[in-house]
Amino acid sequence: MTTPGDSAAEIWPLWEVFVRSNRGLSHVHVGSLHAPDETLAVRNARDLYTRRSEGVSVWVVPAAAITTSDPDAKGAFFESPAGKNYRHASYYSKSEGVKHL
Amino acid sequence: MTSTITPDTSATVAISVEEQQFNDLIEADSRIEPRDWMPEGYRKSLVRQISQHAHSEIIGMQPESNWITRAPSLKRKAILMAKVQDEAGHGLYLYSAAQTLGATRDDMTDALIAGKARYSSIFNYPTPTWADMGSIGWLVDGAAICNQVPLCRASYGPYGRAMVRICKEESFHQRQGFEILLELMAGTEEQREMAQDSVNRWYWPALMMFGPPDDDSPNSAQSMAWKIKRHSNDDLRQRFVNMLVPQAAVLGVTLPDPDLHFNEVTQQWDLGEIDWTEFHEVLAGRGPNNAQRLQRRRDAHEEGQWVREAAAAYARKQYALTTTLEMAAS
Repeated sequence: MTTPGDSAAEIWPLWEVFVRSNRGLSHVHVGSLHAPDETLAVRNARDLYTRRSEGVSVWVVPAAAITTSDPDAKGAFFESPAGKNYRHASYYSKSEGVKHL
Repeated sequence: MTSTITPDTSATVAISVEEQQFNDLIEADSRIEPRDWMPEGYRKSLVRQISQHAHSEIIGMQPESNWITRAPSLKRKAILMAKVQDEAGHGLYLYSAAQTLGATRDDMTDALIAGKARYSSIFNYPTPTWADMGSIGWLVDGAAICNQVPLCRASYGPYGRAMVRICKEESFHQRQGFEILLELMAGTEEQREMAQDSVNRWYWPALMMFGPPDDDSPNSAQSMAWKIKRHSNDDLRQRFVNMLVPQAAVLGVTLPDPDLHFNEVTQQWDLGEIDWTEFHEVLAGRGPNNAQRLQRRRDAHEEGQWVREAAAAYARKQYALTTTLEMAAS
C-alpha cells in the first residue's frame, strides 16, 4: 500500500502548488513540494510560498494526477489556430478610425 | 553566391530535428521547459549547478542559525529566524527545479551528506561574532544577488523562475546585514572594531564566491553558450566590487585590499590578487568548518528519518481508510 504518487526514490509524493494572490484573480502555479498527504501539503505550501502575504488561497494537486499534452507533438497539436487570425479583433482593419469599435 | 549546390560533408555533423529545435530556442533567447528534448550535457550541467545551489542554501542556514539564540534583541532574533527560514525555502525551490530534470531529492541529499556534492565554499567559514551576521548579509548575500540576478534569465525555465522568487527575498537579507554593520559602526570603539574585523574576514571569501578566474573556469564557456550563465565570473566579481566601494564608504569600513584602486581608463575598481590556493583548499574540504557543517547536516537528516517515515505511514493509513470507506459505500 502506497500513497498516490510516491515512488521508490521519494518517500513523500510530489505536489504542484497554485496560489491565488488576491480575490478576483486566478490561482497561478508557483512551484512544487513534497508532502506525505494533502493536509500537510497545504500547510507546507503556505510556509514555502506565502511567507510574505503572496496569497489568499492555496491549491495543491498531486503531480501524478496532472495530464499534459504530448510535448513531442506540440507542433501539430497547437497548429489549429495558425492561419486563423480572423479570430482576433485586429484582423478587421476596415473599421479603423470608427469610434467605439 | 553561385547557384551550384555542393553538399559540404567536411565539417558539419548532421543533427537531429530535436537538437535543431533546442538550438533554435536557445538562439531565440526563449526558454527550455522540463519535458522538452535537451542535450544530455545540458541536463547534467543544470542538475550539477542547481543542486549545488540548493545545497548551498541548506548548508547556508548553519552559520546564521548559530546566532539565533544569541541575537542581541527579540527583533533581531525574529529577523534572523525569518532569514534562515528563507534559506530553507530557497533550497526547496531549487531542489524542486532540479527534480524537474529527473534528479531525485533523496539522491541529491545522499550526495550532500556523503560529502560527494559541492556547495558554496563560503559557508565553511566560522561566525564567531555578531558582526558576522552583518557581513554575511552585506557581503555574502550581496555577492549571491549579483550572481543570481542574471540567473533569473537562465535558459532553463524552472531554474529562472526559482531565481526570480529567490532574488526578491534576498534583497531583504542584504539590507538587514548592511543595517547591522551600520549600527555597529555608529556604536562604541569596540563595536566598530568588531564590524571591521568581520568585514576583513568575509571580504575575500565573498569575492571567491564568483568562482575561479575566467581562464581557469572549465564549465563557464559551455554554460554561457547554453545561456545558463549570462556573465563571466570575473565580470560579475568586478561588478560586485564596483558596488561595494561606495557602500563601504557609507558604512565607514575599510575593504581589506591595499591594492584596490580606481582605474581612470576603465572607470572600474581594480582589485588586488585573490588567494586562489585558499579557495581550492576550502573547496577540497579543508576549510575551517567543512567537517562540522556536513556532520550537522548528516545528523539532522538521520534524526529526522523517523518523522519522514511516520508521516508517510500515517498518510498510507489514511489513504487505505478512505479507499476502504469508498469501496464500502459503492
